[in-house]
Amino acid sequence: MTLASCPECEAAGRAAKQAAVRDGLPSHELILPTIHCSSCIRAVETLLNARDDIAWARVNLSRKRVAISAVSDVDPAPWIGALAGIGFEAHEARGAGKVAQDDGLVLRLGIAGFAMMNVMLLSVAVWSGASDTTREFLHWIAATIALPATLFCAQPFFVSAWGALRGARLNMDVPISLAIVLATGLSLYETMAGGGQTYFDAALSLTFFLLGGRVLETRMRRAARSAATDLAALEPNRVIRLDGDARTNCRVDDICAGDTLWLAAGSRVPVDGVLLAPEAQVDRSALSGESDAISVHAGDTLTAGEVMLSGPVTLRTTVDASGSTLRRLVQLAEIAEGARSRYTSLATKAAGIYAPLVHGLALAAFLGWYFATGDLYLALTIAIATLIITCPCALGLAVPAVSTVATGRLFRMGVLVKSETALERLAEVDTVVFDKTGTLSDSALVPDDDMPAQARSVLKALAEMSNHPLSRSVLDALEDIAPAQVDGISEHKGAGIKGVWQGLPVALGDAAWVGSGTGTVLQLGDRVFLLRRKERPLPEAAATLRALHETGLNIHMLTGDTRANADRMAATLDVDHVHAGVNPDMKQALIHDLQVAGSKVLMVGDGLNDTLALTQAYASIAPGTALEASQNAADVVLLGQHLSGIPAVLHIARSARRRILENFGLAALYNMIAIPLALAGFATPLMAALAMSTSSITVTLNALRTRAPS
Amino acid sequence: MNILVILVPSSLILGLGALAAFVWTLRHGQYDDLEGDAARILLDDDDTDPQEED
Repeated sequence: MTLASCPECEAAGRAAKQAAVRDGLPSHELILPTIHCSSCIRAVETLLNARDDIAWARVNLSRKRVAISAVSDVDPAPWIGALAGIGFEAHEARGAGKVAQDDGLVLRLGIAGFAMMNVMLLSVAVWSGASDTTREFLHWIAATIALPATLFCAQPFFVSAWGALRGARLNMDVPISLAIVLATGLSLYETMAGGGQTYFDAALSLTFFLLGGRVLETRMRRAARSAATDLAALEPNRVIRLDGDARTNCRVDDICAGDTLWLAAGSRVPVDGVLLAPEAQVDRSALSGESDAISVHAGDTLTAGEVMLSGPVTLRTTVDASGSTLRRLVQLAEIAEGARSRYTSLATKAAGIYAPLVHGLALAAFLGWYFATGDLYLALTIAIATLIITCPCALGLAVPAVSTVATGRLFRMGVLVKSETALERLAEVDTVVFDKTGTLSDSALVPDDDMPAQARSVLKALAEMSNHPLSRSVLDALEDIAPAQVDGISEHKGAGIKGVWQGLPVALGDAAWVGSGTGTVLQLGDRVFLLRRKERPLPEAAATLRALHETGLNIHMLTGDTRANADRMAATLDVDHVHAGVNPDMKQALIHDLQVAGSKVLMVGDGLNDTLALTQAYASIAPGTALEASQNAADVVLLGQHLSGIPAVLHIARSARRRILENFGLAALYNMIAIPLALAGFATPLMAALAMSTSSITVTLNALRTRAPS
Repeated sequence: MNILVILVPSSLILGLGALAAFVWTLRHGQYDDLEGDAARILLDDDDTDPQEED
């Protein structure tokens, strides 16, 4: 503690902060997508904790978030600004403080581990020759530990198995639960009867290994899901509302019909409304796929999801936030997502074969031994030993172990797998359908070819001063140009940037704000240059398509854009099958037709017009720049616009599928040795323990072989 | 046999102690940010973190 070295005032401030800490939960949560090391943690925490309006801030590096307890309920915008100042991108998270807990599962794992180790110790004593009273004593202690531990720890399996049985289905948890219950029951009977063979350790280690698999799987999936939610939260959820002359920064959710909103150039229309400004240009690509800017006039309707290209403008909302087109599409996608659960996973298929087979064998063993010897107890013991020894452990771990490894590897590459069966479906894909606008291409402002070099360097100097997406896109076209010396630069929020160059006033921004015309212009004294929006392929698009083509996949491109624009892009990217001018329903129908023809289609799209197609396709991927509705509809979300993740996803998915099938093979191999022994009545608790541990370890090690392409 | 009466309970008590410690760490959220904790050991001043102070 540094209290002694602190000046009094600082100590007092700290005491106040500590009081707030005790008050408990964080009031705000910010997403920090770029933090990755200890110095990031220190920089963020030092900055935030030094502020007077923050009681405490603590970074969670695993979730890439910072939890903040504010002194009062305040707008986090200044914190986000301050973080941007030291180079950290930050966004406000929705629903701060609500953290999904998997502590119950971890607690069960801990208890199962404790019980397993103790019972195993006692069992080793029995196996190494304890007899008579000593053996009975050890069995009773084992029973005292194992009974409550099994009942508590194996609950997740019992619940899931019961659910499946009630729905007249079979899942992997049915044979697992049966093995646990029968092993414990038989052992209890043996203990009471003073018999020689108890399987308490087998029941507990089965529970422990399977819980371990389940904990890892839920953790990994939750990390990917929460990252995907964070990504969706990057959509600004605050807007500026005009109440008379006053400006209020309010949440999108709080907007009502009839509000007047102020929108800067480059921002997305949050709620459907009518344009109040005389004229504006919008980018409608998210809704229709058109890449060209569209001019709208006062009184025209603006739909949520469109992007303002000129501004600032005002609009009057016509619906509440909950009724906006954007929100309705999000809900639509959620409904559609539920409908896709018709896919039967490999694990379920395996359980469908394994469970009846093993249960049938056990029954046959029981009947066979009963009729052969007439000894009911012996027949029952052998039947139960068969059930215990057939390695439900290897089968139970076969899928979770592989999917944990694969999802984890993809997560580190910036690919978020949201759906449980996504990897299995991706492995079978043979056709990839891309949306054009926003997925393979984006639009940038480019200076005309006849713009003089001096003007270009002024343009670069002005554009460099702003973080606005439109300015950033200008810079991409000016990479090899040195910026001019421009003084007195000032940014006018939502309108443009002004400065002085060699005594001349210069400006970059909205034409109406600069003086005349429409669109985005560069002003140089009294000369005005228009910057045109031009569509260009994303940097990784060509390489990605080539890589996919080389692995033998059919590639299609769908777009709502005009035939001319579509053909130009197809020629640049070398795509064979192009479908232009298709509306959302036609996109869905096209994918349906491909599927009827026998293809397994992967849809990659970002626009609202792609949501239907994304849910129709066998598997779907959305780039991180996609709107929330499209991200919700997709199985997999890529961070950023890194299309190169797509070949990697498909590669890992195929590798994962091979590993799962191999694991099933390994489990079958163990059973081919174990079942005859068990049926012949030679199975012992020691054999069961050996088979269980060896098979679990083999299956897990094999899962680790799931590799990313080198 | 007699020695077991002492050894078995004492091994169980030790085990239960470890289990109790595990449950305590779990309740106090020590597994919430494993990556962050790994990175934090590299920070020299723990003072920046007021949550540690209570």
